[in-house]
Amino acid sequence: MRRLLALLLILAAAAQMPAFAVEPDEVLADPALEARAREMSKKLRCLVCQNQSIDDSSAPLARDLRILVRERLKAGDSDAEVIAFVVDRYGDFVLLQPPFRPTTWLLWIGPAAILLAGIGGVVVWHRRRRSALAAEPAPLSDDEERRLNALLDEARPK
Amino acid sequence: MRPLHAIPLAGFALIALVFAVYLWQVGAGGKDISQIPSAMIDKPVPAFALPPIEGRTDGLRTEDLRGKVALVNVWASWCGPCRIEHPILMTLAREGVPVYGINIKDKPADAIRFLDELGNPFARIGADANGRVAIDWGVYGYPETFVVDATGRIRYRHVGPINPGQLDSIIRPILRRVAE
Repeated sequence: MRRLLALLLILAAAAQMPAFAVEPDEVLADPALEARAREMSKKLRCLVCQNQSIDDSSAPLARDLRILVRERLKAGDSDAEVIAFVVDRYGDFVLLQPPFRPTTWLLWIGPAAILLAGIGGVVVWHRRRRSALAAEPAPLSDDEERRLNALLDEARPK
Repeated sequence: MRPLHAIPLAGFALIALVFAVYLWQVGAGGKDISQIPSAMIDKPVPAFALPPIEGRTDGLRTEDLRGKVALVNVWASWCGPCRIEHPILMTLAREGVPVYGINIKDKPADAIRFLDELGNPFARIGADANGRVAIDWGVYGYPETFVVDATGRIRYRHVGPINPGQLDSIIRPILRRVAE
């Protein structure tokens, strides 16, 4: 019982502390703008750490980009305009989710396509095997029938 | 082996070949996969006007980068690799290549001391105190060096310090190519 309680307390504490790197002096006064800034920051890659978003990363570049995102939001840019601003300077790699474009179709569709091809292959193989097993064997020729009977007579207990 | 059985094997062999080539490039070829290509290649230099480092009178603006092939180096006195690469910049400056500097997030006294100690290869230096201009150039680490052509277009971006080998194998050929 006490262990269960301890576990619940730990989980509750963990739930209260999402990891992010936004510092108090960056937070915007307008909560709606700040919420948009946070959402957008989660989609932008920190190029120093490269597998963290700028929302999570404590690198100086991440902080600069967070401040930049907030400044552009305050200046009235739409979400798309802010993202475009950053992508224009840093390229597609700054987006944590690659854009869906002809150059990235293979990346997006590839895994699903290969999975479908694999499933298709298994289905085809299974069907062929089943029809091969279900097929009536050709009837025995007279010669083979005599040999079969001889073998069975040998095997039958005396 | 039945033809149908060969298909998954062929697929695997193809993917394995692609991975093998890629691994060879990273391993024996020395390719650094954390280096990202610049999004500013072939684009005009961003519009900017940086003040001089306090105590100097130069400063750096977009207009300064037109008319000849030049290098723009983003550096700071607190940046170790910048210190290591500095002699290469001095060499290029002595050969007559215009080298411009963007001094990033630095204390004026420290920057001036750095130049006094190691020499000043920069024809002009702009002080980017908050790093905003560097973001306009797509800079994500220091040092970075850009090759700008005579029409004011960015033609190449070098991430990290330029070592002597890279000076001869990368930078000089690009300077020659862009000058044509």
